[in-house]
This record gives sequence, structure tokens and C-alpha cells, in this order.
Amino acid sequence: MTREVSRREVLKRAALAGAISAAPGQVFAQRADEPYTNLSAAEARTLEAIVARLIPSDARSPGALEAGAARYIDRALGDALAPSRSAYTAGLAALDAHARGAAGKPFAELGAERQDALLRDLEQNVAKNFTPSASAFFELVLEHTLEGTFSDPHYGGNRDFIGWELLGYPGLRLAVLADEQRMDAKNPLVRLSAYDLPMFEKNADGHDDDHHGR
Amino acid sequence: MAVRLPRTEVVVIGLGGAGGVAVEPLTAAGRSVIALEAGTRLAPKDFAPDELRNNFRGWPQAAQKANREIPVHRASAQSPDDPRAAIHPMMNGVGGTTLHYWAQSWRLSPWDFRVVSETKRRYGAKRVPAGSTVEDWPFGLEELEPYYDKVEYALGVSGQAGNVNGVIDPRGNIFEGPRARSYPMPPLRGTEFTDLMGAAARRLGWHPFPGPAAINSQVYQNRSQCMYHGYCSRGGCHVSAKSSTAVSTIPRAEASGKLEIVTSAHVTRIYVDDDGRAGGVHYVKDGETYIQPAGVVLLACYTYENTRLLLLSDSARFPHGLANNHGQVGKHYMSHNQAATVNALFPHKLNRWYGLPAQGVGVDEWADDNFDHNELDFIGGGNLWVYSDQRPIAAASMPTFGRAPRWGAEWKAFVAENADRWTTSYLQKTTLPYAENYLDLHPSVKDPLGDRVCRVTADHKDNERRIASFIQDKMEQWFREAGAVATMRGQIGTMGVTTHAYGGTRMGDDPATNVVDRYGFAHEVPNLGVLGASVMGTSGARNPTLTAQALAWRTAEHLAANWSRIAG
Repeated sequence: MTREVSRREVLKRAALAGAISAAPGQVFAQRADEPYTNLSAAEARTLEAIVARLIPSDARSPGALEAGAARYIDRALGDALAPSRSAYTAGLAALDAHARGAAGKPFAELGAERQDALLRDLEQNVAKNFTPSASAFFELVLEHTLEGTFSDPHYGGNRDFIGWELLGYPGLRLAVLADEQRMDAKNPLVRLSAYDLPMFEKNADGHDDDHHGR
Repeated sequence: MAVRLPRTEVVVIGLGGAGGVAVEPLTAAGRSVIALEAGTRLAPKDFAPDELRNNFRGWPQAAQKANREIPVHRASAQSPDDPRAAIHPMMNGVGGTTLHYWAQSWRLSPWDFRVVSETKRRYGAKRVPAGSTVEDWPFGLEELEPYYDKVEYALGVSGQAGNVNGVIDPRGNIFEGPRARSYPMPPLRGTEFTDLMGAAARRLGWHPFPGPAAINSQVYQNRSQCMYHGYCSRGGCHVSAKSSTAVSTIPRAEASGKLEIVTSAHVTRIYVDDDGRAGGVHYVKDGETYIQPAGVVLLACYTYENTRLLLLSDSARFPHGLANNHGQVGKHYMSHNQAATVNALFPHKLNRWYGLPAQGVGVDEWADDNFDHNELDFIGGGNLWVYSDQRPIAAASMPTFGRAPRWGAEWKAFVAENADRWTTSYLQKTTLPYAENYLDLHPSVKDPLGDRVCRVTADHKDNERRIASFIQDKMEQWFREAGAVATMRGQIGTMGVTTHAYGGTRMGDDPATNVVDRYGFAHEVPNLGVLGASVMGTSGARNPTLTAQALAWRTAEHLAANWSRIAG
């Protein structure tokens, strides 16, 4: 069950938590019906199927697909994860080939149990025709799926704070009191991106301020 | 065509943890200093609490000079190179890595200065491990104590003293060497979890204590106290409570009017004059090459770059690299074997979501020579440290203690229950220098300017492996006493690129085995000083920064007091 968090509710919670009131910006901007920007439609379908098995949705809570982990990876392949773009091209194609060889269908069209078995083939490095290896591709996707599910929503994943809800992370607090560090503390949830706070700059990397050429 | 700049009295290469300290006593003594810093200036707006950026994408160093010259590691001279690290662990910037470090600010123990003589005295000469090049420091803790004191107060360090002038205070570390006075601030507050760990340690008969941190526990020098927000590790401080040199010593040096800072300056060579003295440096900024002559050159980069820059700066007088006519540059390399840690799973929540790595509880019972090694097969030991610090991606990446797979529905249920019920520990252990562990220039891997990068040839030896196993036993015992239901030991790993790298320009009286003298000036080049942990001859079982800073302050004071003799 996905709990919808409205923009108004985010602001209300921020006010309750004493955080700075700010527009939530791009947090929920990318919706599921928008096209992928870096992956092809076929690649995206396969990747969505993988992340949906790595962190599956179940009766208790939504998973990586609902959190937008595949969308996160797609967007990041255009910037921070660009060096991994070719690994995805090759790895996703190799996985589909492996699925066709083992089960006669592309990965995304298989049932969950079959998909899990194929992913275990990758994890245990018994699947063939991966470069450099099936396990390396598996670890790459697992790492990026964790990033896309649990990172600050600024990067397009952790949609509706699905990841932070799953872990029980209470959220960003710029000042934390001693009682809020007690082991049984019931801290009110703060559901904000760091960049909802106007004091922080995106993509900041410092500045040169010296006047050279004396 | 290089631009030749007017001569200055002192040029400092690197304005980080060590160089950033040295500029304060130098400018206070009236010396004119130009600091060449490869990075830029950063401010609180740059320090977003963003785990992905800070801890996984290596901000800001991913786009920096350091990241274009990442050293290459191999285990031995016979081993192939390991795959090169993707991110350099240290950052460039005014303040350097003190902008985003953990800020644990320990003094070394008395034993660390006297490893050879103390081992011989207590256990016999045969107990110094074969192949180790360890020497006693040229002085003991008592010589460095006044400088530890100066930097603790200049920067702002919080902590609980355990030994003031020989009077033991059991609230602090009873094993620490004598100090002249208490810390300028009380320690950072503990948490219910660190209290739980402290009580368990006391039941074992140990002496837990809050560790020292260059982080304000209360308002100090008009800077805020710590806010415990949980993004301290590899994140700058949004309220400037972290006592980086960028907010403490450097601003005071700038206010003197005697410090000029040049940012984005990539120093490529130190050059020598006809008399064999250091003449100044060459650096590149915005594609232009500059020559900066100076009376004294202070080399204050990180350990790897200190060695690399000396080796790159060869000349007719120094054909194997500057100050290397005795072949000692790059030798006596060490790094802490931090990877051999212990994780623990508890049956209840710990609430480690907030806090910082320096908010913890330490045990020194098994560090250094604080325990009898007669029946053991190693010397040295480790500090045990447990702390309150966890962020979401790292929590989701938690070990599963053999109780769940690494992904899928079962994993998800496990993590949902246990993400806040586990902890790790930080175990810093003695590392000795060995002839087989050294730094040099890589034969083929180069930076974008065409200069060869540093190569690390190093591996853990038997003494270090035995310490790791022994310390992990102790940490497991501590976690179990505190109620952990499962523990898991980490592997010892490699000696690849790390935040705790020592040696390469070791300090000592004998020029045959040391690059710099007891004051930090090169035996072969008297107006070249070296700052940083690269001068340290032993690692200790604790973070190096405060010791590097105390040594830097001492070198700077020595220079100021002996100006005409050193500057010539």
C-alpha cells in the first residue's frame, strides 16, 4: 500500500517539525508515465523488473519500483553514473539473453520466482556471457537500487519517502536534542529533501575568491 | 612561458589540517606567507545533509585535483596493481579534509614515541617484529605536549581529560599520558546507546570514556555548539561547530594581513637554487604556470602527495628526488588496518540515526602497551570505539548476520526490523613500518599534467594481523556483554589508499633513515619543512590529525624562532 504524501502535507509536517518552510521543489516531479531519458523502453522494462525483485512490494509496504529506483538509475546514467552506462547496456541485454536461454522469454515477462532464480544466477556468477562478470553487474544494480530507494529524494528516487519509511528513518533534523537520541525516542517524521532547505545549494563545490595575477 | 611572481618569505603547499595550523604561528610572528591550495573555499551552503552526494559519490573530491592523482596500490613488489580506487578519500579546499573529517582529535600515547626502547625493556629485543624499520621518535610525548595543548585550544577540542599532571581522572582515558590542563571544552554528550556500551565495559572491568573531538560541545570562539544532525561524516558542518582549520586558525592568520591564499593552485615542482636550497615552487592555475620564489618552502600536502611531489622534484643535485639522496623519501609507509571491524545486532532499537562518529565511547585497555604482551605473539594493540552515526543508504546496506539473504522479500523484512538494531565499531590498531611497505612513483599511471601518480606497495604483516584478531575478540566480548545477539567480524582488507596514511618523510635524527630532522626540516634541504602525518614514525592506535597539527605548530614556531638561520 502506497501512502500518498501531498505537497500540502509535506509543508504541514515541516512546520510541525519546526523545519524551515520551503517549496518541496522537484521531489515528486517525475511521474511514472514520463518516458525514460537514458535507457531505451526495452532496457527500462527489464530494469524495472529487476528492481521490483531486489526490493519487492508486498502487503506490508511498497518496494524499489514504487520508490522510483529505476527512474533514479535512468536519470543518474546521464550524469553521476554515466561511467556505468555501457555496463547497463551490456548487462541488461545479457540478462535478457540469459532469460531467453533459460526460460524462453525476456526477463520482464517471467514470473517472480523465475526472475528470482535468474537473479541468483547472476549473484552467484553462474550466468554466462556477462562482461566482466554476471556478479559484477548484479552488484552494480543492487548498489544503485539501494541508492535509488534510500537516498535523498532530490535525485528522483525514494519517491514519497518510501525508502525512509521502510527503514524507520525519522528524517532530516538540523538540530537534534538529547531526548531525540534516546533509544526509544518517538521522533515526529520529517519528510523533506535537504534541498527543500534554502540554506543549502545544489551541486555546490565551493568557489574561488582570490584575485590572482598580482 | 611561466609567470615569475615576487618572492615571499614562506610558501605553504596545501592549506589543510597541517598547513592550515602552521600559518597561524607564522603570521603571528610577522612572517609573510603565501599558501597555495589546490581546492577552493567552501561554506555552510555547500554542506548539505545529503548522504548520496557526501558518502557515495565522494563529493566534493570527485571533481578535484586529488581525484585526478589517486595512488595505485599493490600488495608487494611481486604483486599486480589492484584496481584503482574510484574516489580519493581526502579533499582539497581551504581547510582540506578537516572540513569533512570525523574530527576525532587524539594525542598519541607515551608508548608510541618509544616503541623500540620500551619493547626491548619490557619484552626483549626479539619482540620487535622482523623486517620492521620502526625507530623511537627523536623525542617523547613530553616534548610534544605543549603543542598538543596549543592546537587543542587554538582549534577548539572537546574532551574529558584522564590524566592532568599525573593525576588520574577515571571519567577520562586513564591510559593517556600526562597533560598540563584539561580540554578547552567538556566532551560531546553521550547517548543512551553509548551509555549502555559504557556500562557494559565497566562490568568487564574496563575503563570507558568519551573521546576527544575537534567539535564544539558548547559555544567556542563565537562558533556554535554541535547540532548532532547525523551528517558529519564526510559532510561539512552547517553551523561551523566542527573546528576545521577553515573556521579557526586560517581566519586568524588571514586577519593578520600576512597570509595570502591562492586557491585552485596545483603545485607541480619544488625547485632548488644553485646552492641546493629550496628556491620556491612551480604551480599551475587556470592553465597558466607560475613560479613562486620563497625563503622557506613548507610542504603540507597529504602523505601520498608529500612523497610524490618530492620524488617529482628531481634535479642535478637531487637526481632521485628532492631530499632523497639517502633514498628515504617514500619509506616507512603505514596505514591503520581499520577494515577489521566488528558489527553487532541487538534485540532492540539503538537510535543511531542522529549523532556523529565522534559521539561515542572508547576503551583503551587493549591499545598500545596498556596490557601485558609477555604471553602474546605481537606488540601494540587497538583502541575500541562505538558511536552513534547512521544514515539511510548505509543502514539499508547493513550486514545480515547470516539471518537473511542480501535482497528480496526476506531481506526487506529483515531490514525493516533491524535497520536500527545494528551497529558497527571503529577499531584503530597499531601499524608498524616495514622495509617492504613503501611509496614511490608509478611507472606508467599519470595525472592530467603528465606527472606520474604515487604508487603504494604495502600489505599487513603478521604483527598487524595478530593485533586485528585479538582486538576483534575484545570487541565481540564487549558487544556481547552489552546484549548483542549476533556479532560479525570484518576482513582485514588491503593497505590501499586511506585517510590514515603515515610515513614517506619520516622524522628522526639520523639522515640515513629519516627525511626530516626533529623539527620537521629536511636533513638535505634545510629551508624545506614537511608538515603532516608523513613525518610520523609510528601510527599509534588513534586518528593522526591532532598529532600532525601539533607537529605542524611546532615546526612553524621553530621556523619563526630561528628565521634568519633557516631562511638564510
